[in-house]
Amino acid sequence: MTIRWGSYKVKGIYDELIRAAGRPRPESKSLADYLRGLSDREIEEYKAAAELAIHVMGITFTVYTEEDGAIDRAWPFDIIPRIIAKSEWDQVEAGLKQRVRALNLFIDDLYHEQRIVKDGVFPAELLKDSKNFRPQCMGIDPPNGIWAHICGSDLVRDRDGQFYVLEDNLRVPSGVSYMLENRQVMKRVFPELFGQYSIRPVDDYPSQLYDMLASLAPRDVAQPEIVVLTPGVFNSAYFEHAYLAQQMGAELVEGSDLVVGRDDCVYMRTIEGLSRVDVIYRRIDDLFLDPEVFEPDSLLGVPGLMRAWKAGNVALANAPGAGVADDKVVYAFVPRIIEYYLDEQPLLPNVPTYKCIDKADRDYVIANLDKLVVKPANESGGYGMLIGPQATNSERETFARLIRRDPRNYVAQPMLTLSTSPTLVGNRVEPRHLDLRPFILSKGLGGDRDISVTTGGLTRVALRKGSTVVNSSQGGGSKDTWIVDGEGGA
Amino acid sequence: MTMLSRVAENIYWMARYIERAENTARLVNVNGNLLLDLPRHVRLGWEPLLDISGSREHFAELYHEPDERSVVRFMVSNQNNPGSILSSLNQARENARTIRDIIPREAWEQINELYLRARGEANRVLSRSGRFEYLRHVILGAQTITGLLAGTMNHDEGYDFLRMGRNLERADMTTRIIDVRSATLLSETHEDLTPFENIQWVGVLKSLTGYQMYRRTARIRVRRPDVLRFLFQESVFPRSVAHATGEVEACLAHLPRNEKPLRTVGTLRRKVQRVRPAGLEQAQLHDFIDDLQAGLARVHNSIAATYF
Repeated sequence: MTIRWGSYKVKGIYDELIRAAGRPRPESKSLADYLRGLSDREIEEYKAAAELAIHVMGITFTVYTEEDGAIDRAWPFDIIPRIIAKSEWDQVEAGLKQRVRALNLFIDDLYHEQRIVKDGVFPAELLKDSKNFRPQCMGIDPPNGIWAHICGSDLVRDRDGQFYVLEDNLRVPSGVSYMLENRQVMKRVFPELFGQYSIRPVDDYPSQLYDMLASLAPRDVAQPEIVVLTPGVFNSAYFEHAYLAQQMGAELVEGSDLVVGRDDCVYMRTIEGLSRVDVIYRRIDDLFLDPEVFEPDSLLGVPGLMRAWKAGNVALANAPGAGVADDKVVYAFVPRIIEYYLDEQPLLPNVPTYKCIDKADRDYVIANLDKLVVKPANESGGYGMLIGPQATNSERETFARLIRRDPRNYVAQPMLTLSTSPTLVGNRVEPRHLDLRPFILSKGLGGDRDISVTTGGLTRVALRKGSTVVNSSQGGGSKDTWIVDGEGGA
Repeated sequence: MTMLSRVAENIYWMARYIERAENTARLVNVNGNLLLDLPRHVRLGWEPLLDISGSREHFAELYHEPDERSVVRFMVSNQNNPGSILSSLNQARENARTIRDIIPREAWEQINELYLRARGEANRVLSRSGRFEYLRHVILGAQTITGLLAGTMNHDEGYDFLRMGRNLERADMTTRIIDVRSATLLSETHEDLTPFENIQWVGVLKSLTGYQMYRRTARIRVRRPDVLRFLFQESVFPRSVAHATGEVEACLAHLPRNEKPLRTVGTLRRKVQRVRPAGLEQAQLHDFIDDLQAGLARVHNSIAATYF
């Protein structure tokens, strides 16, 4: 007996599995009992089995270093799952659907009449300075009015156990393949636990993604040609691009495989010659999509792709310009955006956010840098942030200067105490902070069935003690996420 | 489903590299065994392997002496040698990685695992007993991949490109082995085989895993003209040049736009079938093999120009 819940510390923190020392939450009880019954040797065996599965399945992510170029690292994985009760998840799911529906209405409005600006709800200057607003997209009507077909929203819990949305990723969110693979690994390693729980499956995602993409096809054909456009094998998310293409039975293409014809249609180069493409799930940033319109030196994209898209001859998911809502300043407005378009109260709260563009907020932020987390508007992956309570004085001074120079580019949030979950450290369990990234698919703005949410999502865990940085490029790992019916062990 | 040109190319090269790794493993293995059987004064050591793989110059840049340890390292685990087993497996894996959506998952896992294990255990080849196990693992691993692909991959155009890559590589290796072995190891005596020359021809057959099959089809002593006929022309032996080119021809027959490559491979196959190995003296044999290799290169170029 090596795992003792009695000495597991949860004081002042919301822990996902353990309510108080020695007392698991109802839905986690079977798991906690099971883990407590394992010997050191069994734990070693399970860890080794998971590592082997990850190794053999080739689950990797790519890290760049100056010396060696791109290196494949095995995906860091913790074998203790995170459990969420189905009843709680249903509420989160409803909140996410509401949020993404409003965001799509917002993006569509920005590229058309901009009613929300005219009505004084959203400031015009924010739009003017937005790095991800694409004037080239004005007046375009993508199929079904959807711009952000795939959204990855990051959720965290504070010490009260409430889920908050931390950010929305509307450009090319990644991680869903790891969610799917984590489940495969767990099934290989812990088949007996799956017998004890009624765990909602996650593997429906690729077919839902396929259905959503197929619904965008401009031609009325039985089997539209869907492709996944990747920057190539050296992209850090290449594993995922290949994985999703394979799971959907779609073609995985690089920019050089595609060509836009004189008829403004997109074709791919095949052994039979050129073949028409209907839908592109693009995993390339806007600015590299089409050298004729954006970065002229980009070799990743396809010259003429924007022409073909504007002509309605090919669908792009996500639509170019969708990233305008993927901005930490826009984020602060999402509650108002939901009220404005849907006339509903947000079901899922935002983290309270100070917008440095507002003078009062800015003054407060600069005066309280030691208590706040400051984020630049358009960075992802945890780069360019200031974690005030852990920063040095000179780092805080640097940020005060940065904020004064470019207030529009910064927001600040109170330091949350992220929830923890038991994580194996050696053969013992220790609490480690985590977040959750569910993925939301939208094929229309209509009823509930137009939007689907993954069952749970990707749980990312900060493997370093006390750390809250969950990004895989900075020492993060992941866990399988179980949405369970009823109370486990039933 | 249509097939991307880039994907066809990747499948083709993946298969070529897997085949290359397997053939190199066989070559090193058989050479080691052969040396044990020969008396000291006729042992030609490890240098012939460098000629077979066409890498003598490259070897000289990296090592001083073509001794056992250096040649084996160079052929097996040196990642600076693009033809080493490890480099071949790495290239196979990189090609497989970009077509993970095409090949069955188990095959990718097997390729990945074979490479990682070959890399992790590369030092085992330095001892003779470890070497045998290591090379056996590479050969079996490559065969497993071939079997997995045969049993689980759709036998569509992609599979045709796979078979073409494998068979062109195989034919190439067979011609190289005949060329180098007959030139450097074997004397010109046809009728009067000494026991050791006999052993050398057995070694040639064994590097191609052809000894047993030769026995079954030929049912005669191991003699130069019969071995050459077997390795060039035997239609039922999967590593003969005739069989391998026939496979390429059959694959091309399924593919669109196949006129030019079919013509090229047809010319080559007829050349192989018309030759009379008994009449080839050493110099002529060498010229003939040069001709075949140029022909294989033409087939490759024609496939690349049409489809990639």
